[in-house]
Amino acid sequence: MSELLQFLLSGVTVGAVYALVALGFTMIYNASDVVNFAQGEFVMLGGMITVFAHAAGAPLPLAALTAVVATAALGVAMNKLAIEPARGAPVVSLVIITIGASIFIRGAAQLIFGKQIHRFPAFSGEDPIRILGATILPQSLWVIGGAVVIFVGLWLFFTRTLLGRAVLATSNNRLAAQLVGINTPFVMTLSFAMSAGIGALAGVLVTPITLTAYDVGLAFALKGFAAAMLGGMGNPKGALAGGLIVGVLEAMTAGYLSSQYKDAAAFIIIFAVLFFRPQGLFGRQSTDRV
Amino acid sequence: MRLTPKSATLLILVALIALAPVFFPSGFYYRVGALVFVNALAVTGIVILTGWAGQISLGHAGFAGIGAYACALAPVHWGIHPALSVLLGAAASAVLAWLVGRPILRLKGYYLAVASLGMGILISMVLNNERALTRGPDGIGVPELGLRAVLKDAGLGLSNGQFWYFLCGIALVVGAWAALNLRDSATGRALRALHGSEVAARTVGMDVARLKLQAFVISAVYASVSGSLLALQNRFITPDVAGFLHSVEMVTMAVLGGVGSVAGGIFGAAVLTLLPQVLTVLAEYEQLVLGAVMVLVMIFLREGIVPSMLRKGRRREE
Repeated sequence: MSELLQFLLSGVTVGAVYALVALGFTMIYNASDVVNFAQGEFVMLGGMITVFAHAAGAPLPLAALTAVVATAALGVAMNKLAIEPARGAPVVSLVIITIGASIFIRGAAQLIFGKQIHRFPAFSGEDPIRILGATILPQSLWVIGGAVVIFVGLWLFFTRTLLGRAVLATSNNRLAAQLVGINTPFVMTLSFAMSAGIGALAGVLVTPITLTAYDVGLAFALKGFAAAMLGGMGNPKGALAGGLIVGVLEAMTAGYLSSQYKDAAAFIIIFAVLFFRPQGLFGRQSTDRV
Repeated sequence: MRLTPKSATLLILVALIALAPVFFPSGFYYRVGALVFVNALAVTGIVILTGWAGQISLGHAGFAGIGAYACALAPVHWGIHPALSVLLGAAASAVLAWLVGRPILRLKGYYLAVASLGMGILISMVLNNERALTRGPDGIGVPELGLRAVLKDAGLGLSNGQFWYFLCGIALVVGAWAALNLRDSATGRALRALHGSEVAARTVGMDVARLKLQAFVISAVYASVSGSLLALQNRFITPDVAGFLHSVEMVTMAVLGGVGSVAGGIFGAAVLTLLPQVLTVLAEYEQLVLGAVMVLVMIFLREGIVPSMLRKGRRREE
């Protein structure tokens, strides 16, 4: 029993990170119909920039803030330099562009940060907390708490503020949003900035547990994508549920089946969703206009 | 006599392969040439899938991995001749592509990209982890094909480099020829039609899902044979052949040269294979360069280098 609880706790911790990555996918997808494969690189950058800012002497909170702001700026730059110039291009081209951007970011990170594995200290100590025979790291509570705060904050933003509603309106119908005077290019920029910032924050929170290296982004991107698809692409609630399910299944695979193949869990989920329920758990059946 | 574009492409290709060795200063260049042909063969498959059918795969290296490990494992474990192992690998890749593609190609958009990416990573995960069979990340030796010895007995003595240069060259010509024939066939026209508009293609009664599936299976066979040839000529293979970076390389080569044309794909393969050989300092920057090429080509030369050049040339003639 305590074993199950242990796997569940670690599954929820990584699941919270996957949920944040999935949320990033969702926001950009809603604003621009682009599936941004570079989403995982934002997580990597969040951890990486924090490591180096901290090593350069910045206190941890300041280093983390630097990382989030810098990554958000990079997200905006990516939108301006790579996505906007290709507006109206076929899906194939946009997929290749975001993959290209993610490989470019990874290559740059390898040059700047090196190939080593990096970490920085946990926020509030490393002593595990005991719960019912299982243990949880204080940092895991930071991760889970951080995810909860972001999801609640975004929910308030989308339902209670004018700007948030403008973003929602744009994702529903871009042209109609433009006609009622919503500045849709700004909404795109905002979505990329928020999505990159959220990814970076996830990276900051999880790095003391999972450590980071220049090439961790791809795994986060894939699992976040699996989560987003499982929940239903474009649905924030789906992102949360999908992330937690992927995280827990992965932890169970590692615990009960094989730790070597734990990464396979996310892909099996992708296949299962594509085979049986392509619209995801919370998604609607899509129809297209000719 | 006026050449059709198809025979012109093939003639130029044959002439280049046959004449290039005249300019080779050393035997090393045969090896580089063979590498170009192997990559170009895989990229030709991508041209069929992405250029004509409009589908994107990010896991084609997985099929190359199947082709490569078929040649490493089947001769040792089942006593199958390496040449037949190439066919075995191709058949296995085709079956896997069919199984994975069938449910997914009914869907539209980026789903194949993600599913194939997952499939590729699962394959490389198995190759890395099943040490008892594949010896894991350190790689495994591959048996000798034996064809060179046969040729020698028949009086045709070739160095190892020359032998693989010409064998891979022939494989590429055959692959390009088959691809060009496919393009001009009813299936090929249908593929390009559905790339233009899936809805329109469906309206005129095409079985869109089946056509896309055919393209996916055919391109998987190209990748598999390319992996087999790579394994057989290197006599050694590591799971990197099935890695994500290799999949991305294939797509980048196709996109750079021109994903809509066989000649473009071959050109892109040649450029991206030769570039690291010429500029060894680039090794550090490989990912950076690959990524930048993908983004820039997609924004500024959406059709790739060769089709853009051809169009410019044609305009000048007029």
